[in-house]
Amino acid sequence: MVGPVHAPTPDAHPPLVLLKDITKRFPGVVANDRVTFALHAGEIHALLGENGAGKTTLMNILYGLYRPDSGEIWVKGRRVDIRSPREAIQLGIGMVHQHFKLVLPHTVAENVALGLAGTPFWAPARAIGRKLRELSQRYGLPVDPDRRVWELSAGEQQRVEILKALIRGAEVLILDEPTSVLTPQEAQELFKVLARMKAEGHGIIFISHKLDEVLSVADRITVMRRGRVVGTVLAAETNKAELARMMVGREVVFRLRKGTCRPGEEALLVEDLHARNDRGLWALRGVTFRVCRGEILGIAGVAGNGQRELVEVLTGLRRAERGRIVLLGRDVTNRSPRLLSDLGCAHVPEERIRMGIVPALSVEENLVLKRHHRPPFCWRGLLRPKAVRAFAQKAVEDYAIMTPSLRTPAKLLSGGNIQRLILARELSGKPAVVIAAHPTYGLDVGATEQIRQLLLRQREEGAAVLLVSEDLEEILELADRIAVMFRGEIMGIVPAGEASLEEIGLMMAGERRLAVRSEGI
Amino acid sequence: MRRLGPLVFEPRLVPSRLAVLGVSLAAVLFALLLASAVFYGYGRNPWQAYAQIGRGLFGTWPSFSEVLRRAIPLILCGVGLTLAFRARFWNIGAEGQLLAGAVAATGVALFLPVPEGWRLPLMFLLGFLAGGVWAVIPALLRVKLAVNDVISTLMLNYVMAYIVEWLVHGPWKGPTMRGFAYTDAFPLSARLSYLPGTRVHWLTLVLGIAAALVVTGLLARTRLGYEVRVVGQSPEAARYAGINFTAVFALVMLLSGGLAGLAGVGEVAGIHWRLRSPGHISMGYGYTAIIVAWLARGSPLTAVLTALLFGLIFAAGDYMKTALGLPFQITGVFNGLVLFCLISFDLLMFWRVRLARKEEAWTGSTGSSAR
Amino acid sequence: MDWVNWLVSTVSRALAFGVPLLWGTLGEICAERAGVVNLGVEGMMILGAFTAFAVAQSTGQPGLGLLCAALVGGGAALFHAFLTVTLRANQYVSGLALSMFGLGLAGLLGRGWEGKPLAATLPTLTLPGLARIPVLGPMLFQDQTVLTYAGVLLAVLLWLLLFRTRWGVVIRSVGESPATADALGIRVSLVRYLCVGFGGLLAGVGGGYLSVAYRPAWTEGMSAGMGWIVIALTIFAAWDPLQAIWGAFFFGALYHLSYRLQAYLAPELLKLMPYLFAVVVLAASGFGGARWRRRAPGALGLPYVRGER
Repeated sequence: MVGPVHAPTPDAHPPLVLLKDITKRFPGVVANDRVTFALHAGEIHALLGENGAGKTTLMNILYGLYRPDSGEIWVKGRRVDIRSPREAIQLGIGMVHQHFKLVLPHTVAENVALGLAGTPFWAPARAIGRKLRELSQRYGLPVDPDRRVWELSAGEQQRVEILKALIRGAEVLILDEPTSVLTPQEAQELFKVLARMKAEGHGIIFISHKLDEVLSVADRITVMRRGRVVGTVLAAETNKAELARMMVGREVVFRLRKGTCRPGEEALLVEDLHARNDRGLWALRGVTFRVCRGEILGIAGVAGNGQRELVEVLTGLRRAERGRIVLLGRDVTNRSPRLLSDLGCAHVPEERIRMGIVPALSVEENLVLKRHHRPPFCWRGLLRPKAVRAFAQKAVEDYAIMTPSLRTPAKLLSGGNIQRLILARELSGKPAVVIAAHPTYGLDVGATEQIRQLLLRQREEGAAVLLVSEDLEEILELADRIAVMFRGEIMGIVPAGEASLEEIGLMMAGERRLAVRSEGI
Repeated sequence: MRRLGPLVFEPRLVPSRLAVLGVSLAAVLFALLLASAVFYGYGRNPWQAYAQIGRGLFGTWPSFSEVLRRAIPLILCGVGLTLAFRARFWNIGAEGQLLAGAVAATGVALFLPVPEGWRLPLMFLLGFLAGGVWAVIPALLRVKLAVNDVISTLMLNYVMAYIVEWLVHGPWKGPTMRGFAYTDAFPLSARLSYLPGTRVHWLTLVLGIAAALVVTGLLARTRLGYEVRVVGQSPEAARYAGINFTAVFALVMLLSGGLAGLAGVGEVAGIHWRLRSPGHISMGYGYTAIIVAWLARGSPLTAVLTALLFGLIFAAGDYMKTALGLPFQITGVFNGLVLFCLISFDLLMFWRVRLARKEEAWTGSTGSSAR
Repeated sequence: MDWVNWLVSTVSRALAFGVPLLWGTLGEICAERAGVVNLGVEGMMILGAFTAFAVAQSTGQPGLGLLCAALVGGGAALFHAFLTVTLRANQYVSGLALSMFGLGLAGLLGRGWEGKPLAATLPTLTLPGLARIPVLGPMLFQDQTVLTYAGVLLAVLLWLLLFRTRWGVVIRSVGESPATADALGIRVSLVRYLCVGFGGLLAGVGGGYLSVAYRPAWTEGMSAGMGWIVIALTIFAAWDPLQAIWGAFFFGALYHLSYRLQAYLAPELLKLMPYLFAVVVLAASGFGGARWRRRAPGALGLPYVRGER
């Protein structure tokens, strides 16, 4: 099953890129351990692995963002030392990062012109426009050069990123988790573009953790696990089961135990909600739904269609301009985050480190954030360290948070443990409503499973769970009903059992489900 | 990890206390080293000058007491600033808040008909409130109207300085003072007593040390202190946790400005016994307190020590002026140098230095991963 | 016709007083557009003022004085850049330190020069032809130094540079999103050094103008908080060089009026007007929707570290 590893032999067609025995360490982790990887012209080579397997690190090394501790890089048969992205670009390497590297307030043309050799000094954006239109036509990547990037959808922003690489003459294109921001249909469009590029002789490295798409798009697949290459296989000669085994390192993929849904009374009602985003534009235009106790409502949709603003309005962090929110029968529209939290609305935030914890404070102090002002943790304005410590001790044990001590600054914990800390804090108060935004994003497979289990347990214990995620698999696995958001509206709500991937994909792209009115909210 | 000669530098996320102390001391010493250039510039041997200053200041109790005297306003302002900085509120306005306290105290001392025994307590109370209210303005401006705190606090320094100028030239100008821009002298009941043989108005000093203790307890053990730390470390998390920014910033600035106000009361009631032009009342204590607080790295108790250090520098400035004939502006240069050195040395705290072992190569190799 | 004369002289003096503010603000815009706040303007201006005076007094050439002032301002700014870009020190604290240091050093060095009037001052111009226009001529085209017009020209050029050229795209990108610029091979540190350094040059000239043109003498602390007003003006102008022109002249008018209106109000209360106004103006621009339009550069005040974990 393990394919041949390419050695730097002086053959007639050396690989476009050869990474040989690359090792890269970060404090406490070996991110890449003697990794060898080859890419040929005219192929799509997938790099498959769980979160944290070291795929992105390896590609950042190829793109000159990190220096390897040891190992060699060969490009077109020549040994090279890539010290910066500038040198990578000169070698014909382009990279589309998972989090796009775009200057949001600038126009598409300005973004493309940035640092591009050969643009005129005066009015570079205007000069680039023509070239941009020509390229976008050739590869089927339509964009308007004069629009500001923040106005574009995630899919359009991705096109800008690809065009940025192509216009710089990239022969090697690295795409890091490119489908995570796309609807299933948009992903198919992207694959067509990649096929066209492949036919023109480009080499494409496609980073992903999704087995299906890797099998459908790639020619060869290299699987990484914990910083090492497990093996390289031809897509035509392998199957999902084998890839899963290589990727996870064990035979059977864990299955969640999910009991039947017995929805109880209504816990959260949202009616005709309107809100603006940070730029003052409408982000929510009339969102209506309800979540009952004992059910999980999944909110699916491509990033940037109002999910973030929805969560913020529901948790009191953003003003609702119109509409109302009813929590346990009480109108809580535009009430403070503290009141909502006191009423039993838990919030697992999207931005774990920026918002979910105070990085410099200790684990125990982070565990009482939001409840520090109430007994038993606070009495007449004084904190009660013993009560805090006792609570933290129990939470750390119950939620299996791995920490050297309760006094360790939270920023020193791993991503999975930070998320466990947040869940321990949010769920230990027996919340009536749990609002979880991207709860497993970027976590490894063990933490992901555990966090999904925790959410299911909340549902069984009678909490109403609102799960916002861009990961369709996660939504399909956990949710009892699925609502799809597009441009600040709900395109439809379908029971999870009846949902087809295609139907959800269409709704994500803006097709309204006709049955939405008759089925109710 | 980097290697330099026989030493290995390793990054670390949390600096140890020892590293913080060592780096801070090194920074101050380095600043002293740089400042010796000034002495050379004036044709003096810096080492002799330093030694002479040391003998001059530490030789007798009255001369050393000048260090304490200079440190008093720095302690009060510095403690207040550590609190504000812990909330990441850039209070650059201690100078103006100090003057506000001085104005209020003068008002009570000269114009308020109160029983003699009540006069000093009322001066301190109103001085605290005046400094506090002057400081709450930028807090509200920042929370409600997104006005940059650095600019608003700084501008209010100038505004208050001109208000003091106006008072001493205009409405409050003492009829007995002739050409001088002074108010009348305070009555005896509005003057602070000294430690014997010194000009140390001990009551203000006690207040300063008490303030350091109270603020330490406040930060560590109260709800407000917890919220201050959350707001300062991560405003996003504070919003998420439903912490009321208006309340936190307003309270923090009330305390911070209030303490600076107390310093102002101490200066007029303890040293000058009258209100006079702002440059005489403060000598830039409010600005120096920024360095005091920064050097203390957010710890109010450490701020007492660092305030003493800068009290020493001010007293040295006085001494150099009278005994060595050097201009007092040297203290300003030295203050700037200390702050420069402090922030340039900061990065060092995040590196651990140790001797390299034999097997460790010049750049990281696979060998060291086996450790 | 009395009020016309009054208006003419007021506007003319307002322009003259706005010049240091304009130069300083343009410099700060340049630095902040690249993502670096420099609170050291006050220090750079006072060092510039002293340098210009000392050089002009010793050589008799005010132009040379201004050049040296620019170099000193630029050098001080480069030091700020070294601390904040290379050593990643806190930008606010570094700037404050620069201001304290500058005020202290200029005070120290300037003791011997105190109070002497400058013999060789920067000449004032009367623009041929234009100065003959009634009212507007004497208002705008008489008794100004070359720096008034150069400042306005510089504002226009800086605007063109920032918004119409390749360099402008690079500078603004570095200020908005250094990670993006880095990923495209831009040397973020280099751009920041250049912008901060250039900003310092301008602040130095602004300070030099004070001592060789506006009030040709050296007094300790003669920058009188103008450097801080410049920081406020930068926000007020929304980081736009063209808006900085009228912002600077507006505050120039405020400064001037604080002398002009002394017949009506105590001089001390008049002198606090510009500082009070700086706060009021910023507060007013915080009302309503203005907050969205006056968006600061995205990475302002943040050191850039390439994302190694």
